[in-house]
Amino acid sequence: MRYLPLTPQDRTDMLAKIGVAAVDDLFANVPKSKLLKGPVNLPHSKGELEVERILGAMAAENISASEVPFFVGAGAYKHHVPASVDHLIQRSEFLTSYTPYQPEIAQGTLQYLFEFQTQVALLTGMEVANASMYDGSTGAAEAVLMAHRVTKRRKAILAGNLHPHYRDTIETLSRMASDELVSLTPNPDDAGADLKAVAAAIDAETSCIVIQTPDVFGNLHDLTAIAKKAQDAGALLIAVCTEVVSLGAVTPPGAMGADIVVAEGQSIGVGLSFGGPYVGLFATKQKYVRQMPGRLCGETVDAEGRRGFVLTLSTREQHIRREKATSNICTNSGLMCLAFTIHMTLLGESGLRRLAAVNHANACDLADRLADLDGVAVLNKSFFNEFAIRVPGDAAKVVEKMAKNGVLAGVPAARLWPKDKALKDVILVANTEVNTDDDRAAFVAALGASI
Amino acid sequence: MSMNNQGRPTSAGETGTAAAHPTFTGNKALQIEEALIFEIGRPEVSGVDIPAPKKVKSRIGKLARNEAIGLPGLTEPEVMRHYVRLSQKNYGIDTGLFPLGSCTMKHNARLNEKMARLPGFGDVHPLQPASTVQGALKLIDTLAHYLKELTGMPAVAMSPKAGAHGELCGMMAIKAALEAKGEGHRKIVLVPESAHGTNPATAALIGFEVKSVPAQADGTVHVSDVKAALGPDVAAIMLTNPNTCGIFEKEIVEIAAAIHKAGAYFYCDGANFNAIVGKARPGDLGVDAMHINLHKTFSTPHGGGGPGSGPVVLSERLAAFVPYPFIRVGKGYALVEEGGKLDKGEQPFGRMSAFHGQMGMFVRALAYMLSHGADGMRLASEDAVLNANYIRASLADLMSLPFGNQPCMHEALFDDDWLKNTGVSTLDFAKAMIDEGYHPMTMYFPLVVHGAMLIEPTESESKASLDLFIAALRDLAFAAKRGDVDRFKGAPYHAPRRRLDETRAARTPILRWTPPEPFKEAAE
Repeated sequence: MRYLPLTPQDRTDMLAKIGVAAVDDLFANVPKSKLLKGPVNLPHSKGELEVERILGAMAAENISASEVPFFVGAGAYKHHVPASVDHLIQRSEFLTSYTPYQPEIAQGTLQYLFEFQTQVALLTGMEVANASMYDGSTGAAEAVLMAHRVTKRRKAILAGNLHPHYRDTIETLSRMASDELVSLTPNPDDAGADLKAVAAAIDAETSCIVIQTPDVFGNLHDLTAIAKKAQDAGALLIAVCTEVVSLGAVTPPGAMGADIVVAEGQSIGVGLSFGGPYVGLFATKQKYVRQMPGRLCGETVDAEGRRGFVLTLSTREQHIRREKATSNICTNSGLMCLAFTIHMTLLGESGLRRLAAVNHANACDLADRLADLDGVAVLNKSFFNEFAIRVPGDAAKVVEKMAKNGVLAGVPAARLWPKDKALKDVILVANTEVNTDDDRAAFVAALGASI
Repeated sequence: MSMNNQGRPTSAGETGTAAAHPTFTGNKALQIEEALIFEIGRPEVSGVDIPAPKKVKSRIGKLARNEAIGLPGLTEPEVMRHYVRLSQKNYGIDTGLFPLGSCTMKHNARLNEKMARLPGFGDVHPLQPASTVQGALKLIDTLAHYLKELTGMPAVAMSPKAGAHGELCGMMAIKAALEAKGEGHRKIVLVPESAHGTNPATAALIGFEVKSVPAQADGTVHVSDVKAALGPDVAAIMLTNPNTCGIFEKEIVEIAAAIHKAGAYFYCDGANFNAIVGKARPGDLGVDAMHINLHKTFSTPHGGGGPGSGPVVLSERLAAFVPYPFIRVGKGYALVEEGGKLDKGEQPFGRMSAFHGQMGMFVRALAYMLSHGADGMRLASEDAVLNANYIRASLADLMSLPFGNQPCMHEALFDDDWLKNTGVSTLDFAKAMIDEGYHPMTMYFPLVVHGAMLIEPTESESKASLDLFIAALRDLAFAAKRGDVDRFKGAPYHAPRRRLDETRAARTPILRWTPPEPFKEAAE
């Protein structure tokens, strides 16, 4: 076995040193009848080549995003990741290290976390950010719990145009924690009405409102007025963003008064990977920092006065506070933070703005082409790199048909709202820097042939 | 061309200590000080070349971001140097022995990295039509089969994103099962004092009240103590097995029976599963729910604190209560999401997160399992236990064992009784280990043992590696006992940083970089 260094002789010698006759003597606490006599009913060990064959065959059964014109988004986006990012995150000292509990030999991890936190704060327009959550959706659920702690209220209002997976993640946790939740109906045709509905639902019990921008249909929202309305009522505004590249072109939630910003950071540095691992960004105002979930990295000095970094404010966390912790999170998304921060450093402000501009321009180009197609309507007045269209008939069938014609066209709304008949003809279409003119032409042709 | 050695000294000249020769840069040869990206980057610089965008009518309107963001950029050579230098300040498994108890820092095979990056896994979107991701769904289902077989459990929820998230999933399943039976009034969750902090934090998160159960002098929980704590208001027990003291709970079958008899559920924290893979199955022991840290037992890299993955296996009693989404195998693989058609008895309780779980970790874990096979996984657990016991047996004469010199599982737990009156604490001892080239063991955990030192070598260490580690620890132990306090109090002396001031960091938190004052003025 290529991964196990002990030889049979080593094992014999070590058992002798321990003073037992057989390795099973070390398992003496396991009830005899429960100790397995031999290996379980699974295949035996294999060489690298055999494993590559098995997994390679499974991988070959999937259509990957790079193979076809690809327009699928709705919370996870296909972007180009520079080669140096994947090289660097595979450096042994990053890949095989643990949570930096021994800061003297983890300054590498700690410094990039400090840089990551700063980048996230700048990007979202907030004062402080933590060292990541699992992903955007779990971050959103944690943000709601945090708002409950800050306001000492227990009722959240979710905008209708919040990603349904985010809504369900929040809803599940709220129900289990016996908190109150108001979840509004999606409205792809009039995004402004969704915000008005949120505003109308705010009352004296409301702890927070949760609004996504760009929303799940791609609409951009000015949150300034509703932030004030929420705060005047003693509630917090939680802004959700599932496409962080948009922050290179669109006013960040922090500049519009958000109290907490949660985002899915996958777009920067992290591959699609069928839904995970991703990286949740979590930012807030300085005054709420002690109510934040998750790890925080802070600057300090060492015994010789040199700048160094440590995990800090850990009295909020489960390993210290146990049942009184602000969250149960332990392992977060360290390596994905690294991927994010490296890609963001490569981009820099000018690169991020350029990337965002290309994303937006490509999406506008596709929207313009679709507007010329009979029977197809683009629903958005505003968008960044994703928008919603209505097509004649069943959108899921149209998407399936287009897939057969070699175009992965987007997410049929029925996949996310299976019971909402009003959305049966809606498709969410994302368009990033990876899409070429030819891809968009193929989209239009395939859509035309499928309706 | 041959080297010209004319005038070149061939032996070491005058010597002196490193401290006597400070450098101009503060660098120490291969240890190079590295500034923050904000100090070396420039906003106008980019390491990514992107063609100009098409000219279009903007749909962003008055929401355009016009203010400067303040993000620095670096070119690719600068980026490589920055992060390579940072990496050199880190200790990883590939650097040396990483005996961090309860964390299972085993070898991370590079085959697994390669497999996770196959475009068919790494470059597929979670919301593509199921017809285009049949291989990805098959992989998840295959891994699920392996997990069920290894644990002897009939069901598994795959979506939890880490251990604590798995705990949350398991406890939600228990809550859902209780409510389905009309027993939502059961609010108490029993947790031993030795448990990971995530256990009580998880229970409290969803409204349970935590009540602690004592461990006895032998380090285990006794069924009599559990029975005494059980009652009609108890929902579940959360027990780690093997426990955090490194001991297999010998009354676990009786404990499970008592819990079930009282109408409660048995949640097992599976953090220490590496000790018993292929040796004993939680399903055979009476466990109802257990998360499995793929990033511990099945070697997906810890990555400096994540990502993890925490699938939860469930007993027959809880199998109906899995979260969305789950896979159904029929004609091909289907993903059952909200609104999907349910089979009789299926009662999903909701959703743990967006999408379907940590696919990247699933691929790596399955590559590990295929590589090791049933035989190799069993042997790996035996070696992990053997290595821990070898360390225990080799240090027992010098360092004190809180529960006597009995066999341990895959980690050996020492306390600080043997350091009494030496002036050296567990923390000092750990920091001195750094100077010897080792990552310290887990310290001050579990909480029930004073000055705990929890050593988990894993199966990845050779005997030679263990012998050197043992020799180093013995040397340190002798030094502590003979009063060589300086070696400990100032340690580490040789790491990239000396001890860091954590009090200062917490008192006035600096959680982000801010421009120095003159920089600010110049910018205005």
